[in-house]
Amino acid sequence: MSTSEFDSLRPPEPAGGKRRRKGKGNGRRAGGDGSREMPMVPEAEFSSYYGRPVVKPAPWGHEVAAYLFLGGVAGGSGLLAAGAQLTGRTKLRRNTRLSALVAVMLGAVALVKDLGRPERFVNMLRTFKLTSPMSLGSWILSFFSAGIGVAAVSEIDRMTGERLPLGPLRPVLRAVEGPAGLEAALFAPPLAVYTAVLLSDTATPTWNAAYRDLPFVFVSSASLAASGLAMITTPVFEAGPARRLAIIGAIGDLIAARVTEHRMDPVAAEPLHHGNPGWMLPWSERLAAAGGLGALLGGRHRGVAALSGLALLTASALLRFGFFEAGKESTRDPHYTIEPQKRRLAARRAAGITDDSITTAG
Amino acid sequence: MGQLTGPTDPAADAGWDDAKPRKGFFTDTSICIGCKACEVACKEWNRNPRDGDLKLLGSSYDNTGALGASTWRHVAFIEQGRDRIDEARESGRALVDLGLPGLPGPSAPAASASAASRVDTTPPDTPEFRWLMSSDVCKHCTHAGCLDVCPTGALFRTEFGTVVVQDDVCNGCGTCVAGCPFGVVERRSDGTYTTPAQRPGQPVEKPVTGVAQKCTLCYDRLVEDQIPACAKACPTTSIKFGNHDELVAQARERVAQLHAQGLTEARLYGANEHDGVGGTGSIFLLLDEPEVYGLPPDPRVCTADLPQMFKRAGLAAAGMFGAAALAFWRSR
Repeated sequence: MSTSEFDSLRPPEPAGGKRRRKGKGNGRRAGGDGSREMPMVPEAEFSSYYGRPVVKPAPWGHEVAAYLFLGGVAGGSGLLAAGAQLTGRTKLRRNTRLSALVAVMLGAVALVKDLGRPERFVNMLRTFKLTSPMSLGSWILSFFSAGIGVAAVSEIDRMTGERLPLGPLRPVLRAVEGPAGLEAALFAPPLAVYTAVLLSDTATPTWNAAYRDLPFVFVSSASLAASGLAMITTPVFEAGPARRLAIIGAIGDLIAARVTEHRMDPVAAEPLHHGNPGWMLPWSERLAAAGGLGALLGGRHRGVAALSGLALLTASALLRFGFFEAGKESTRDPHYTIEPQKRRLAARRAAGITDDSITTAG
Repeated sequence: MGQLTGPTDPAADAGWDDAKPRKGFFTDTSICIGCKACEVACKEWNRNPRDGDLKLLGSSYDNTGALGASTWRHVAFIEQGRDRIDEARESGRALVDLGLPGLPGPSAPAASASAASRVDTTPPDTPEFRWLMSSDVCKHCTHAGCLDVCPTGALFRTEFGTVVVQDDVCNGCGTCVAGCPFGVVERRSDGTYTTPAQRPGQPVEKPVTGVAQKCTLCYDRLVEDQIPACAKACPTTSIKFGNHDELVAQARERVAQLHAQGLTEARLYGANEHDGVGGTGSIFLLLDEPEVYGLPPDPRVCTADLPQMFKRAGLAAAGMFGAAALAFWRSR
């Protein structure tokens, strides 16, 4: 028997490594007698191909997770701004318009930065494609930004004592800011919700498994985050609606997140409890509950309102990052892809549906 | 917007008036010898850069790893002992026993039924050991998740019913990567690409980076009536290229032939147009469960559920609107 420096890489040979007949023992057989090729790879449970992933993770960095959060803040703020506009709350209107503009601008920058070819970002608007949530989202983002941009510039002009070099355009701006604010509000809920479809309309197990209920989680999270920000920026006497929306959002968030997970495939939901999502999501729940309670009980106190707002913002950010990361994690282990698929295939077969399998006997 | 699920002719569904017959691969893994000529031919023709860092992966003779942005053919190697072979034969027999009624195509039910009845109950000598070798490739699905979710239109359906990325349009958003249920398409982070055929007005070498890349079924060769590089290079005809319908018929004949020899582990992958992706353009004859080869056992194109996703999202958006209205209403 020859020896080589690679011998250490070979799997250990069982004692008396002669061939074993099936039924005599379930031990792994190795070509101990050298009469045939010895498997170089330990005989693993071949439920996957060397444990390699089946699906690929979206090549999205934390910019996209940040965008999920910022898009939600922008959408919620746009909605609050329109409400403030219609009910004559000038401070709330000003602050939420500016928040929305800042959030949507930061979000757009994050999205562009995450592209493989950032200089081609405008290709997003090259076509309008109903089957592509990313395409719809780009249009929603554009229409929202246009409206909130006009409204916010008008606020900036007022804040700076009409020092913006607008010239004869100032009356035009004042005339269109109202309609522009309302136009933005029309696109605000879609802006907050489309990211849920963007994530669930993928082959990423954890994201896809949540497709029925994730939209409700995302709009709740957007509502509570935007309201939280408004509670920080706006004096309590004008922030009443923000507090109410925060409470509704927190309740919605707590219920929707639980329902979502309950209706997910149990295996696909596992990554929600491991690693970073394992602490982010529970803390998101706690902070949402704390922020909602704070808004309800102590929202009329400026300090409590600001603290509650901060808790709500953090809750939303943690939820987005946690869910985003859980999805990415679910693509790294083939178990999350294969097991739910095998189970649903077996269930369909058990129910007598045998004509829709990708594997056929002929 | 074309059909989202179910059997269809993808090129006609995509709006081609002069659609050509659908092209595809039939990869018969029972005669693959694992030479990797397909991998090499693919890399050479498409000028794909090196993938990975030339390390041994410890997975039999597979040191390529997986399909990716720069690897459009990937030969899988699986080593199996007698127990696993028996199991594969059993799972294949279970598949035959299912009967799989309702399969379209004239020959299919007859072939599988007759194969099942004619099966010699004494299986051939089960080998002590076997190597499974399978050259994996983009499936060119009837309902392609990557294509559906692409926001720029960079991915398109060709007149041959295949799915191709236009690298000069793609902005590298990465949505298609998440959209593929087979983990095929990937965003290339480095590398160059040489225009395969030197044509006037085209640069000899242009870098293609930061964009999604995958098998094009050699679209540039198809338009010149050439067959794809991998099929051309395959020395055993394990990779067959041709009209999709004919390949499906050929695959069914082949699997029936193997069943008649008692090799019940043989099965087809992707030949059923009623599956979750509407059938694939690249079909495979496998000798074990798909997940053994790293293929998903029950892929479903994500956009099949898109109508319901939009309904739920619409409901949620309306709820958000209502919540805001409620928040302001009480304070008026």
